[in-house]
Amino acid sequence: MLKLSNNPAINTSIKLVAVAVFMFAFVFVVMVPLYNVLCDVLGINGKTSGEAYTAVEVQVDESRTVSIQFIATNNDGMPWDFAPTRTMMKVHPGAVNDTVFFARNPMPNAMVGQAIPSISPGRAAEYFHKTECFCFNQQPLDGGAEAELPLQFIVDQDLPRDIGTITLSYTIFDVTDMVSGSVAAR
Amino acid sequence: MGSKAKWLCKLALGPVLLLMSVVAMAVGGEASEYNMPQGVTAVGQQVYDLHMIILGICVVIGVLVFGVMFYSIIYHRKSRGVTPATFHESTKVEIAWTVVPFFILIIMAIPATTTLLEIYDTDNAELDVVVTAYQWKWKYEYLNEEGENVSFFSNLATPQAEIHNSEAKGEHYLLEVDEPLVLPVDTKVRFLVTANDVLHSWWVPMLAVKRDAIPGFINESWTKATEIGVYRGQCAELCGRSHGFMPIVVNVVSKEDYAQWFTAKQAEAAETKGLMAKTFTLDQTMERGEIVYDSNCQVCHGANGEGGVGNAIAGSAVATGDIGHHLDIGIDGVSGTAMQAFGAQLNDVDMAAVITYQRNAFGNNMGDIIQPIDVYNHKKD
Amino acid sequence: MGDHHHGPAKGLSRWLFTTNHKDIGTMYLWFSFSMFILGGAFAMIIRAELFQPGLQLVEPGFFNQMTTLHGLIMVFGAIMPSFVGLANWLIPMMIGAPDMALPRMNNWSFWILPPTFLLLASTLFMEGGAPAAGWTFYAPLSTTYAGPSVTYFIFCIHVLGLSSIMGSINIIATVMNMRAPGMTYMKMPLFVWTWLITAFLLVAVMPVLAGAVTMMLMDVHFNTSFFSAAGGGDPVLFQHVFWFFGHPEVYIIILPAFGVVSQIIPAFSRKPLFGYDSMVYATASIAFLSFIVWAHHMYTVGMPVAGELFFMYATMLIAVPTGVKVFNWISTMWRGALSFETPMLFSIGFLILFTIGGFTGLMLSIAPADFQYHDSYFVVAHFHYVMVAGAVFSMTAAIYFWLPKWCGRMYNETMGKTHFWISFIGFNLTFFPQHFVGLAGMPRRIPDYALQFADFNMMSSIGAFIYGASQILFLYNVIATIRSGDIVTDEKVWDGAEGLEWTLPTPAPYHTFETPPAVK
Repeated sequence: MLKLSNNPAINTSIKLVAVAVFMFAFVFVVMVPLYNVLCDVLGINGKTSGEAYTAVEVQVDESRTVSIQFIATNNDGMPWDFAPTRTMMKVHPGAVNDTVFFARNPMPNAMVGQAIPSISPGRAAEYFHKTECFCFNQQPLDGGAEAELPLQFIVDQDLPRDIGTITLSYTIFDVTDMVSGSVAAR
Repeated sequence: MGSKAKWLCKLALGPVLLLMSVVAMAVGGEASEYNMPQGVTAVGQQVYDLHMIILGICVVIGVLVFGVMFYSIIYHRKSRGVTPATFHESTKVEIAWTVVPFFILIIMAIPATTTLLEIYDTDNAELDVVVTAYQWKWKYEYLNEEGENVSFFSNLATPQAEIHNSEAKGEHYLLEVDEPLVLPVDTKVRFLVTANDVLHSWWVPMLAVKRDAIPGFINESWTKATEIGVYRGQCAELCGRSHGFMPIVVNVVSKEDYAQWFTAKQAEAAETKGLMAKTFTLDQTMERGEIVYDSNCQVCHGANGEGGVGNAIAGSAVATGDIGHHLDIGIDGVSGTAMQAFGAQLNDVDMAAVITYQRNAFGNNMGDIIQPIDVYNHKKD
Repeated sequence: MGDHHHGPAKGLSRWLFTTNHKDIGTMYLWFSFSMFILGGAFAMIIRAELFQPGLQLVEPGFFNQMTTLHGLIMVFGAIMPSFVGLANWLIPMMIGAPDMALPRMNNWSFWILPPTFLLLASTLFMEGGAPAAGWTFYAPLSTTYAGPSVTYFIFCIHVLGLSSIMGSINIIATVMNMRAPGMTYMKMPLFVWTWLITAFLLVAVMPVLAGAVTMMLMDVHFNTSFFSAAGGGDPVLFQHVFWFFGHPEVYIIILPAFGVVSQIIPAFSRKPLFGYDSMVYATASIAFLSFIVWAHHMYTVGMPVAGELFFMYATMLIAVPTGVKVFNWISTMWRGALSFETPMLFSIGFLILFTIGGFTGLMLSIAPADFQYHDSYFVVAHFHYVMVAGAVFSMTAAIYFWLPKWCGRMYNETMGKTHFWISFIGFNLTFFPQHFVGLAGMPRRIPDYALQFADFNMMSSIGAFIYGASQILFLYNVIATIRSGDIVTDEKVWDGAEGLEWTLPTPAPYHTFETPPAVK
């Protein structure tokens, strides 16, 4: 046994303090990253990869059609007009598809938005590849400005047969303060 | 001592018998005041059956365990002059009561697993409804393949006077809304649940659906009601001050009625667009404004604009000041306070009406009439 | 330690600077009782508002502060410190040690508690009020949407965690190093065993809670986004971290209660505890299982179905070791020579009501059915059956059982039994009807409710007032015992009691076991 002090009680206590410190670190070093990994793997909350998918040449499966629904939600206090230009698309697995979301900042001041994607059902998340998405970056818009936000995606051919409809939801958050805050912090 | 002990023992039995008879009562009828409702969906029925099976198993085990205990309490008492036994272990018995419960659990787990898998099978829905939770109301949006989505907010319809006990409470006190969710019967409906601000949870017991609404993420569930009727529920996740005041009402109607309702809703949306160009009189605006105020504003600002969580509107600087500033507050809210941005929640016609109402009611007498087009232009600037 | 054989110092300094395990135990017990009264007063406000439909007494925001503070104070201020107090008094006496292993740390771990709870309670008078996001304080209601009191709340949780960790380290160090010769692990009284396991749980999970509130603090003040989707975080992560602490926490509360009951039932059955070894193993299994079942508190967040199934099966498994415990207690009573003094009555009350709470727990573990139970009053009824009838009843039993030993005076038995019956009836009247309203669809944490829930809620409120009032009788009985109870001089206050603490003179002297006893 590790011996740290001649007093056995102090010895036990030091080890227990180490356990407590370890558990505190465990939350930050293990639990948070592990949760994020599990989210990606299991599609918890329909989270998708935050990075662009590199398309590989595949055969388009024209025999199968999957419906893709688009939803846009504004988070609390986000005044932008934000909506998909098409609410529904029918696509073939393997094919590259494009669509556009519309955003307008009605406020007089410049703002920064961040769109957060979420896919339903969650288990479809790993089969939904975005080769280009406005959600990868924050979106600054000047007062009164509008923008067309492009999205390009491929539905994987391995999408389980029993999934016929995929819903892609974007929630747009106002991150203006967060961005300026982090600038100030630097 | 003997008679006293007997009396005590009877007293001890009393509550237990009472509890059991109450459990039996719960097992009995369909009275939903005591028990989980059977619901109007196949899944709801399964969940109810599961609940009753587990409850039944628990009651049986309980009767056996408590039976042994009470036998001991009655017959193995010191006052009867018994000599205590000295046994204190038995490996056989210990193994038995570890293994037997394990098998009982397996028997419980089988139907539970089947039902759970069914609840998770959201595919092949015929209708998709996006449920968005707000502090403290629900928004329903029907995804529509052809044409525009239909969407509306559903607010508590119970008057503040009933809540504050100055009026008699109605039959559906706290479980009534200004505009219910309308669903067709015998149709698989998929709910896509999300939230605008904090966590909420969409719960309708008769449909056996409860799903958390999480800001930023989407959650899904489904239902297929087999009976026409009105089903009520509430938000189930603490979401702040008015958590208890955001009910859910689902109106399940025949497929024909649903189609009719849906067409009417679309027409209404088109009509609202038409109203945009119309010029209203003060009376018309005030009439509409009062309705909008009662379902959206009065919770915080009071039935007579006297204030509450929100500032008073009667005689306030905002409602008697610059129209542009008043519109800004109504449309964009006041960040850092409970005053939300209503710009996306109310259409321009309703926004114009309610701002006009606030400026001309509760003793405010500005004489302004805001027209829908004014709101539209103000939003554009 | 051995250098002062004199009695306690006089006056306030005795209590401020004491390192005596009995003094510290006494302070913990009085402190936790005062918190029990405070948390109880908040419960009375809650029940008074829910007496009838409509808003009568408080406004909804304040109601949420009441439910939040009631939960926090009962869990962290009443139940946990009360068992720490009991551990302080009893563990050295049960294992034949002269005191706790780290007496100075013992003093600190107590004295940081009262100011912390004073601070927590004072947030009620802050602008924006006390924390109101429930004792589970789910983000973002507790972070982005919280009032300024959240910072103080986080500080309080940190200090409470620190106190608990220090207390636990002390208990583990004492049990591992200070047992009398011959007192092997498998000879320790079950109360010591359950506390040893509880202390390990505390050391493991209180830092996790500290981690959770640290992340909250960073989200509120330092622009991070652990729990906000906007910056790549997730509100659901908070629930995972919280319940990774929270579920073991539930067992932290109940395991010492198991220990108490395992001491009392054999004493009044005049028969050794049945299945001692299996009790130890069952306690350890429950502690282990508590780490892999946390997500059963979050069946409705939309976990993948595989996760849902895993947590459902793991949770159901807990019924096995818990069942073993209940069966063992009943076998202990079987063919004993039972008598029904107040501690035994409270222990039997515990046994019946905890078992009912266990049954509803099993029902709640069934994920598909939980979609109906979750966040309804059924859950409220369930956890009050295990927390109040489990932890509080056993704590009350413990006070009646050991108080004569501690102060050398006997409590009034008639008053004790009256206290039991009023509590038992009041408790059931309060919480049994809550099963019904929960099943019928009443969500928890609401200040006002639909009319069909009215009758049961009124019943529940009346029961709560009765149960609350019965505590005044308890307080009176305890004070009367200490001041003027009948003198007891027998070493064994109870003829069936076994263990080292009953070999000491009555009342237990200020310093005990300065020479270790011989253990057979």
